[in-house]
Amino acid sequence: MSEKVKVTIDGITVEVEPGTTILNAARQIGGDIVPPAMCYYSKLEGSGGKCRTCIVKVSKGSEKDPRPMPKLVASCRTTVMDGMEVQNITSPEVIEARSGVVEMLLINHPLDCPVCDQAGECDLQNLGYEHGLQKTRYEFERRTFERIDIGDKIQLHMNRCILCYRCVFTADQITNKRVHGILNRGDHSEISTYIQTAVDNDFSGNVIDVCPVGALTDKTFRFKNRVWFTKPVDAHRDCPTCSGKVTLWYKGEDVLRVTARKDIYGEVEEFICNTCRFDKKKTADWTIEHPTHISDTSVISANHYETLIPLPVIQEDLRLQEANKVELEKTAKF
Amino acid sequence: MARKLLLEHINVPGINTLDVYRQKGGYRAVEKALKTLTPDEVVEEVKKSGLRGRGGAGFPTGMKWSFLAKPEGVARYLVCNADESEPGTFKDRYLMTHIPHALIEGMIVSSYALGAKTSYIYVRGEMMPQIRILERAIAEAKAAGFLGKNILGSGYDLELYVQPGGGAYICGEETALLESLEGKRGNPRIKPPFPAIAGLYGCPTVVNNVESIAAVVPIINDGGDEYMKIGIGRSTGTKLISASGNLVRPGVYEIELGLPVEEFIYSDEYCGGIANGKRLKATVAGGSSVPVLPANLTLKLANGEPRLMSYESLSEGGFATGTMLGSGGFIAFDEDQCIVRNTWNFSRFYHHESCGQCSPCREGTGWMEKVLHRLEHGHGKMSDIDLLVDVSKKIEGNTICPLGDAAAWPVASAIRHFRDEFEWHVKEPIKSLQGNYGIANYAVPIAKAEVKQEN
Amino acid sequence: MLKVEEQQPVEFSSALIAKCDEISSRYPQGKQKSALLPILHEVQAELGWLSSNAMDKVAAYLKIEPIEVYEVASFYSMYFLQPKGKYVLEVCRTGPCCLVGAEKLMEHMEQTLGVKEGEVTADGLFSWRGVECLAACGYGPVLQIGPEYTFYENLDNQKVDTLIEELRKK
Repeated sequence: MSEKVKVTIDGITVEVEPGTTILNAARQIGGDIVPPAMCYYSKLEGSGGKCRTCIVKVSKGSEKDPRPMPKLVASCRTTVMDGMEVQNITSPEVIEARSGVVEMLLINHPLDCPVCDQAGECDLQNLGYEHGLQKTRYEFERRTFERIDIGDKIQLHMNRCILCYRCVFTADQITNKRVHGILNRGDHSEISTYIQTAVDNDFSGNVIDVCPVGALTDKTFRFKNRVWFTKPVDAHRDCPTCSGKVTLWYKGEDVLRVTARKDIYGEVEEFICNTCRFDKKKTADWTIEHPTHISDTSVISANHYETLIPLPVIQEDLRLQEANKVELEKTAKF
Repeated sequence: MARKLLLEHINVPGINTLDVYRQKGGYRAVEKALKTLTPDEVVEEVKKSGLRGRGGAGFPTGMKWSFLAKPEGVARYLVCNADESEPGTFKDRYLMTHIPHALIEGMIVSSYALGAKTSYIYVRGEMMPQIRILERAIAEAKAAGFLGKNILGSGYDLELYVQPGGGAYICGEETALLESLEGKRGNPRIKPPFPAIAGLYGCPTVVNNVESIAAVVPIINDGGDEYMKIGIGRSTGTKLISASGNLVRPGVYEIELGLPVEEFIYSDEYCGGIANGKRLKATVAGGSSVPVLPANLTLKLANGEPRLMSYESLSEGGFATGTMLGSGGFIAFDEDQCIVRNTWNFSRFYHHESCGQCSPCREGTGWMEKVLHRLEHGHGKMSDIDLLVDVSKKIEGNTICPLGDAAAWPVASAIRHFRDEFEWHVKEPIKSLQGNYGIANYAVPIAKAEVKQEN
Repeated sequence: MLKVEEQQPVEFSSALIAKCDEISSRYPQGKQKSALLPILHEVQAELGWLSSNAMDKVAAYLKIEPIEVYEVASFYSMYFLQPKGKYVLEVCRTGPCCLVGAEKLMEHMEQTLGVKEGEVTADGLFSWRGVECLAACGYGPVLQIGPEYTFYENLDNQKVDTLIEELRKK
């Protein structure tokens, strides 16, 4: 194993393997200093660098060459050097530039969250909430496209797309044949198959999971429910094609949809096959493991049911336990 | 008369043929390099010459060459960037049309220096006539033994091909050019790695502008030291300037770097002044991407000293009062031209040419174009002016490639120097549709700053 | 999304295939995708425009996926993905040419040809469009006509009229 390199991000130092990107070093630290990423996807080779939301300031290049980098850099595609110092949320310059990027991502976005199936688990919604402006300064007609079906299970709402290219990388790297891609140029660019062909192979459904916005959605779940009314449960089955490890999204007794399991950065842990995703929607098809962990910053956690772990101060104090009785009783079973 | 290194024989009939080109001393550099110099010695001469990239960035060519990685058993490539598309720049077209062998000779010498066995000239697709000219010239050179196997008995092999583009300004960015040459969309790559480490097909690659490559010929013929004597300071040698706009004699001129801007515009040896007896209002000195300057700052520095045609003098004063030499696309605007309209026109260009890969440029260029369109067409608002400045700032420096900066600078600089004219468009929408703002105080000469005597 | 109408099957002439073979030989083994842009130019010169059938054939020839060809063809401005007039008059509409009258010239062409930008005249002969900088700023206004990309400089209304008449007679 080669020697680890030291990098300091927002004043927190971490030792990482050489070749690690700033973003991944930040993820090793965790918490608020992790730059948001809309196009980078650690499981997809070549992804990243495009959306510019993860830009950071390198205030010291390395121990050997301490000069700062002249421009803000995409943290997802810049590797750390020993002694590098990076500013993310501690740099007003970064915060301003990032809010500029968010504004750009939103000027042509339809903001149709109330009718979008992705709402509640949308990276762009979260990003806009944290970094966006109250009001748009864009006073022109937004760019629009026809809504199209690519295959009978996937719907493409190009209006919502932020051109992260993740679905293109997914088709290239996870499936055996890519039939969709980026057509045209500049702000006319669109995801398309060009001619009417169905995206049809065992792993095509993964483009839904990698899409950071509501551009690619699961037609079998379309308008079935808001995600925050459904309850996610980890489950598995013996699948001949994929690992069979999934999250089932329940409403009452019914499995409304099946997705891959996602980590705290919204990335799938393992890609799943279309059979698991689209055809196995009965509880009997699955072995249930446990409720899926949902971050308490997510709207989906609003009706959550994971075992509440009372703060130590409550555990020690009977009066506090009494006062929090209702909350503690929710510690739940689902 | 100034010295001409590239265009000395441009008016000789038949100079586009190998025979006439050789009669005028052509291919001496190939013979000298391949027979008497090692590749490293050629690189050394180019380093000594101080030649800086003529495509716009002005990075020292010899230094760029010395960064080329040379791992054993891996092919290296030289790619010539002939994707000339920067508004205001047409020198490469001129050179390739009239004296194609200058480029081919430069390619052979440079490829030899870099150890490239296959080299490509990436010409923008619209220049089909030039592609045919180059292909014919390559065939001539090959028949004469300057290309192919064992050139001039030196044991050095080189194949040279012309590659057409498909119509995309962005392919002038070197990594987008390489993507395009690999048969892909012209999306710039994320750097690092730089082409010198991983370029064409993942191999070490140098990408140079047409004029830079052609300049290698006189450097080898006369020596890097001789070349360095021409010019001023770190701006060595001669430079092709493409002059366009409202000039008496627009066209391509070879100048010795350091020529006063005033002389370039007004002397009979060069542009011959402003056409139709008008006055100069503004210039864009280095191709549409560089900041626009009002006439007075074009001719003089902020301290009243004359401004020169050199990398340093044109950028003197930074973006507050300066601009850049860029690719040498010199556009002159007379007093009847509208800066708002031209800024809108340029921003439409960048909007059209943005590859759409990264969000600030994809979305921001279109936004700026729409706001400028509104201002130019009489329904702008006063707040639009600051909005434009703000949007340009949000693009600048935040994109994958320099196209974002190139789109932002013309807008920001136009507002910096011509804010009055933008405000007039808002205050007087009807007048602005019917007439123009005129020259205002943009040509008021700058007084020479008084130098305080130090006691 | 392209509405797939009934498209005529596409055949490449033997001369075209020979040209494609020559182009492909310019690149190292395994890098034949590099031939894509030049081959698309050749195909367009022979067929007039790039139908999806034509692009599929190019994909098969280069052994790449059809979407890779669509992506590239739609990125670059020189490829026509729709049928067009026999002669497309492409006028430079960028800054320096506008300083010397390119906009007025385009208005004149619209009147002379009787069609708007991008449309085809009733006889199928002409279309015109504004294009971005053609790198001939000192000789503006300029226009070019494919597939040879013959270039016309220092234009005025009269020169354009003469040109159109000449093309009509051809």
